[in-house]
Amino acid sequence: MNHSRRKAIKTGGGLLALLLSAGILKPGEALAQADAFSMKTLAEALRAVGAQNPAASNAIVFKAPAIAENGAVVPVAVESKLPGTESITLLVEKNPTPLVASFVIPAGTTGSISTRVKMGQTSDVYALVKAEGKFYMAKQEIKITLGGCGG
Amino acid sequence: MADPMRIRATARDGAVNVKVLMSHEMETGQRKDASGKLVPAHYIRSVTATHQGKTVLTAQWGPAVSKNPYLEFDFKGGQKGDKVVVTWEDNKGEKRSDEGVIN
Repeated sequence: MNHSRRKAIKTGGGLLALLLSAGILKPGEALAQADAFSMKTLAEALRAVGAQNPAASNAIVFKAPAIAENGAVVPVAVESKLPGTESITLLVEKNPTPLVASFVIPAGTTGSISTRVKMGQTSDVYALVKAEGKFYMAKQEIKITLGGCGG
Repeated sequence: MADPMRIRATARDGAVNVKVLMSHEMETGQRKDASGKLVPAHYIRSVTATHQGKTVLTAQWGPAVSKNPYLEFDFKGGQKGDKVVVTWEDNKGEKRSDEGVIN
């Protein structure tokens, strides 16, 4: 298990170097993304995406069930009413890697996103919104009856 | 080659609502098969949606997005009959691009 994991990390690094050298990704951007998705705690993931101490906001609306029967498919919708919303990021605190997905919202696109995520266990789910260069966050607890990770 | 995406784009109230259903395993890399070996991670890593050549949404995903991912968003400036193109790329470099017509 450890062996294959190391190998995967190595290959990942090689791919990253390739993308960097090809100029497809800007160094900062590429590192931030690869790192952020592998972070094991919420605080680390937030730091990796550059959001330290995001302000709690009531202008971020969650549409998600309070109890989800199947953790493999949890519908989550987030609507940001903050002006100048640039990105919406979803994080599940108790997943092995909390960062789930990050959406970049260009001007002209509404700050609302719906998708479906996996959750290993009952956890707080966070929506991190970047608007006009600042980070805001809202959370909701979703209870899981049947886990969706591992198995 | 992965199965085609299902894309539904609907114009309403001056905006276009886009619903996309992708066909992908979204394997986390943490699950074991019957013989106890880890199933290698295989998941969509990036998604891009464009309208008339202009990007209307990009997304970076980790393996915790559900199998056969669903995505819904709205953008302004689309007309009936225009095309919305959605492209994904997974962690193995596989790509798929499909288009839907706004109605």
